[in-house]
Amino acid sequence: MTNAPSRHTSKLRSRAEAEAARLPPLLAQAEQMAGTVLLGDHGRRRAGMGDDFWQYRPVQTGDSYRMIDWRRSARSDAQYVREREWQVAQSVMLWLDQGASMQFASDEALPSKMMRARVLALAVSILLVRAGERVGLTGNRLPPRRGEAQIARLTEAFLNEDASAAEGEYAAPDARAMLPHARAVFVSDFLGDIDGIWGALTKAADRGVRGVLLQVLDPSEESFPFQGRTVFQSIGGGLSHETRKAGDLRDRYMTRLAERRDALDQLCRRTGWQFHSHTTGQSAQSALLWLYRALEQSR
Amino acid sequence: MIAGLSLGFANGWLLVGLFALPLLWLILRAVPPAPIKRRFPGVILLLGLDDEDTVSDRTPWWLLVLRMLALAALIIGLAGPLLAPKDRVAKDGPALIVLDGGWAAGDSWVLQQKILGGLLDDFTRDGREVAMLRLTTPETLQFQPAAAWKSRIPAFAPMPWQPRQKDLAAVISAIDGATFETLWMSDGLAYEARAGLLNAFEKAGSVRVFETGVGVTALAAPEFADGAITLRVQRSQTQMARTETLLAHGKDPAGNDRVLASVNVAFAQGEATGEVGLALPAELRARITRFSVQRHSSAASTVLSGDALRRREVALITSRADREGLELLSPLHYLRQALQPSADVIEGALGDMLPANPDVIVLADVAVLTGAQEAALVEWVEEGGLLLRFAGPRLAASDISRRDEHPLMPVRLRVGGRSVGGALSWGEPKALAPFSEGSPFHGLVIPDDIRVRSQVVAQPDPTLADRVIAELSDGTPLVTRKRMGQGQVVLFHVTANAEWSGLPLSGLFVQMLERLAVLRAVDQLDAAAFEGTVWQPLQILDGLGRVQDGQALSGVAGEVLSAAEFGPDVMPGLYRSEGRYLAANVMDADRVLTPFAWPERVVVEGGQNARTLDLSGAFLALSLILLAVDVVASLMVSGRLWGTRVAPVLVALMCVPQVGDAQEELRALEAAQEVVLAHVITGNQRVDSMAEAGLRGLSDTLYFRTSVEPNPPVGVDLEVDELSFYPLIYWPVTPDQPQPSDDAYARLNGYLQSGGMILFDTRDSDVAGFGSGSPNGRKLQRLAARLDIPPLEVLPDDHVLTRTYYLLQDFPGRYDSRDVWVEAAPPDAEQVEGMPFRNLNDGVTPVVIGGNDWAAAWAIGTGGDPLYPVGRGYGGDRQRELAFRFGVNLVMHVLTGNYKSDQVHVPALLDRLGQ
Repeated sequence: MTNAPSRHTSKLRSRAEAEAARLPPLLAQAEQMAGTVLLGDHGRRRAGMGDDFWQYRPVQTGDSYRMIDWRRSARSDAQYVREREWQVAQSVMLWLDQGASMQFASDEALPSKMMRARVLALAVSILLVRAGERVGLTGNRLPPRRGEAQIARLTEAFLNEDASAAEGEYAAPDARAMLPHARAVFVSDFLGDIDGIWGALTKAADRGVRGVLLQVLDPSEESFPFQGRTVFQSIGGGLSHETRKAGDLRDRYMTRLAERRDALDQLCRRTGWQFHSHTTGQSAQSALLWLYRALEQSR
Repeated sequence: MIAGLSLGFANGWLLVGLFALPLLWLILRAVPPAPIKRRFPGVILLLGLDDEDTVSDRTPWWLLVLRMLALAALIIGLAGPLLAPKDRVAKDGPALIVLDGGWAAGDSWVLQQKILGGLLDDFTRDGREVAMLRLTTPETLQFQPAAAWKSRIPAFAPMPWQPRQKDLAAVISAIDGATFETLWMSDGLAYEARAGLLNAFEKAGSVRVFETGVGVTALAAPEFADGAITLRVQRSQTQMARTETLLAHGKDPAGNDRVLASVNVAFAQGEATGEVGLALPAELRARITRFSVQRHSSAASTVLSGDALRRREVALITSRADREGLELLSPLHYLRQALQPSADVIEGALGDMLPANPDVIVLADVAVLTGAQEAALVEWVEEGGLLLRFAGPRLAASDISRRDEHPLMPVRLRVGGRSVGGALSWGEPKALAPFSEGSPFHGLVIPDDIRVRSQVVAQPDPTLADRVIAELSDGTPLVTRKRMGQGQVVLFHVTANAEWSGLPLSGLFVQMLERLAVLRAVDQLDAAAFEGTVWQPLQILDGLGRVQDGQALSGVAGEVLSAAEFGPDVMPGLYRSEGRYLAANVMDADRVLTPFAWPERVVVEGGQNARTLDLSGAFLALSLILLAVDVVASLMVSGRLWGTRVAPVLVALMCVPQVGDAQEELRALEAAQEVVLAHVITGNQRVDSMAEAGLRGLSDTLYFRTSVEPNPPVGVDLEVDELSFYPLIYWPVTPDQPQPSDDAYARLNGYLQSGGMILFDTRDSDVAGFGSGSPNGRKLQRLAARLDIPPLEVLPDDHVLTRTYYLLQDFPGRYDSRDVWVEAAPPDAEQVEGMPFRNLNDGVTPVVIGGNDWAAAWAIGTGGDPLYPVGRGYGGDRQRELAFRFGVNLVMHVLTGNYKSDQVHVPALLDRLGQ
């Protein structure tokens, strides 16, 4: 304050701050959530390529001199080689539904499905990156990479509104450019055309990709608490359905929703994937834990 | 027909519309409520689902009932339902409504208006023609449709006199031979020719008489004797025991009309008159202008007091210092003796006397007055004062009124005066000549033994002859008088004591003073005094006892006024003639209120419950209310009025005061716990946000640099907020901000007196010097005009503000003007030798006034960046820095007062410590 920054720097800084302002809440929320998950074992528990120390072993034939750890060897008569733990990075491909239906929130107190999905996806990304995995998006936009910088890139990609604008009412999973034998995480409400999901999942399974489907729903989509004469419209306004007694539709709606879940579950079981349904009314923590455990198992 | 009550309809055929209600039932039932639109992503799962029940939702039965009730109420309301307490017999033919219309009807006028309205409504319904006649101002009868009269009822308000014999005779002759029904609004008092009038009306048709039963309460003129005012009250209705309250009205010292005293009079059952005494201090008594009976409104219940209650106030002034033991030689002794029994005498210096505005000022041997006193005295005389001067050695020796006539002397005087009958002079002491016809003293008997030995002598002038009102036997003037404006100057050419003449020793002296109206008020004047006088009405009473201006009316001859026959030409009221005031009141001391005994054949109705009640308004209102309920109910049924949306609003509406209070309390608590800077909310959004940002910037600066750690600044609304929590209030001046109310000014002044500081910022030093005619400067002058602000000066170089935290010599904001004003140093502040600054005032300057737009220089955004540009380049940064330093100094000055001023004592302290 004593020395006012010159005009240019202040302008640049304020713009940068404005840009940055959108990132921290999501990132911070995701970081915080990720921090609560106890990191499990990372390593393969065997010597191999990696950064972490594993063991010293006596020099065997075939070891080159360069491999001898001279510091350790000087303390005894034998020569030792320092082995590092074998660390293999998995590639995890994320797909986040950016369709219009995800922007729905039945109550102002609840986050939108999109927001919850972003937080979960980012949190699990952070966990995976910390565990040394490579995380990226499906498709060609952001191939899997390691390191903290990737988290920032992911955050930016999740917040990219152009991408969501390009999607329609209900988006179908993007299974292009899947790395073989990678892992995948699909987060969506999975209310759209089931054929698209079927296609993407089978295509991924063909390439040996396994992963999880996380269905994010709003509480009102679970309970259908509507009464009276109502015109239901999709978020984009493209679809609408009019009823005189919304209360009468409740049971049939619930049945259809359960059928949809069953279908997804069946599909997952057939392809070796895992399915979980989460509502925004529940705590995000439980969903994250499930997601992390599910990925560990499939790893 | 309901038992005892009759329900009728003005437009009964409209009730046919009620048959349409069942139809409405069918129509309304068929219309379903409008659908609600909802955004719902799950709609994709709903597609293809059909409603099981295809019959439409029906409007709930209770909503239907509500709507039908509303419509039924509308139809019934339009049909004009009338509720009459009994069957009214409709009559034909013209009707005459007669009102007594005198002051006696004043009390019952409100009720009479209601009865009249009811009667005229009935006549309108019956289609009868009506004429109205007020007996106090009879006019030719005009029979018109009753509706035409209804709006003219107020024109028949009572007049301040009773019906007069000659008018009534004309009425009787005018109605001879006509045929009509008479409805007589009687006040119940007897007067001549009432019986004759009744006969005349009965000849024309049937007569109904209405009396409200309120009666008349009359107040007689107050009498003042032995220090108490006696008030007599009469009433015409004596059936009930009752207590009346009499009010004495007058002007308070501020000149506003108010009730000065009140007293109760109790009437026992059957008692017609009551009397009560009212003892008041003379000062209060003199201010009374009228008495009235509480809750009565007639000319009879109001009585103007005129001069009757006043004792003349006489100021005695002499130039001679009191000489103990020479009481009998005092120029004022005989005056005092003559005046004290009947007037209030005050003595003292002229400067003290004039503000008391006495009726008479006596100057005994006073020659020279100061210019200001003289001007004040001239003004006082011209406004009706009587200046009574007495000659004496000083007057004779002075040069006053020698060459030119002095304004406060009736004549020019010759040098030295004269002495007759002394040891060294010829001739005998002179006697008085008989008073001439034009003199106010005419008719007074002159005792033989009065001799004048010395006097001052008037110069012969063309006007002298007119001004002499008493002379000596040799023709030299003894008393001269000059009129000035509404007042007069009278000069006795002798002393007020017995040194020059025997006049003050005689009874004639008192009589002369009396004739000069020094002693007596006018009301006691005998009839002779009215002869040939013309009295100008000042205030008149109307029939309802209200005081109205009478200056526009023409004057009344004294003889007419004294007869007290009131009519259109002579109204009761307050009259003036030649500085004397006369109150002419309706009630004489000997007038008795006599009720009129109606003959047996005449039925006297109370008339109170003869009214037909028109219920259409009530039904229409009910219909509207039901429709309003229907709006809410319809919204509710269609789901648009969802509880979650409305309930918070309702709750908020109900809780607003409590929430406001709680917030206010919280805010006060926060403000009191920490230092909080405040700015005045001007109503200009831009200026307010700038002031807020500026104070935030200053608060941050204080936080970073000093031990003052303020809370975020707040805006204060001068009208509602308590100011005392804030050490510094920043007040940006905008030309269009509202002027604070009286309460706000009271709070502001309290704030300034208790050590607060207001920083006024006109924000225009770039274009205008402070105090010039810029719009902001003018607004500041208007705003500050009612603030209690001490004298100001431009901030001196050694003001404590220059060193409370930083050493400063400039106080820039966004603009850099040196015109910053603070409370002026006391005039005796002197610079001590060897000291860099003066030993200045204690305390904090309550205001700092400038136009440097400080808030703009201090303002920072949420990101910590300056919001407004200041200057250019590094110079600008420096200027902003100095602005912050000024702000820091200002806050430090407010918080620490003159602490830094105390440095002047450092040498003394060091000296005392032995350093």
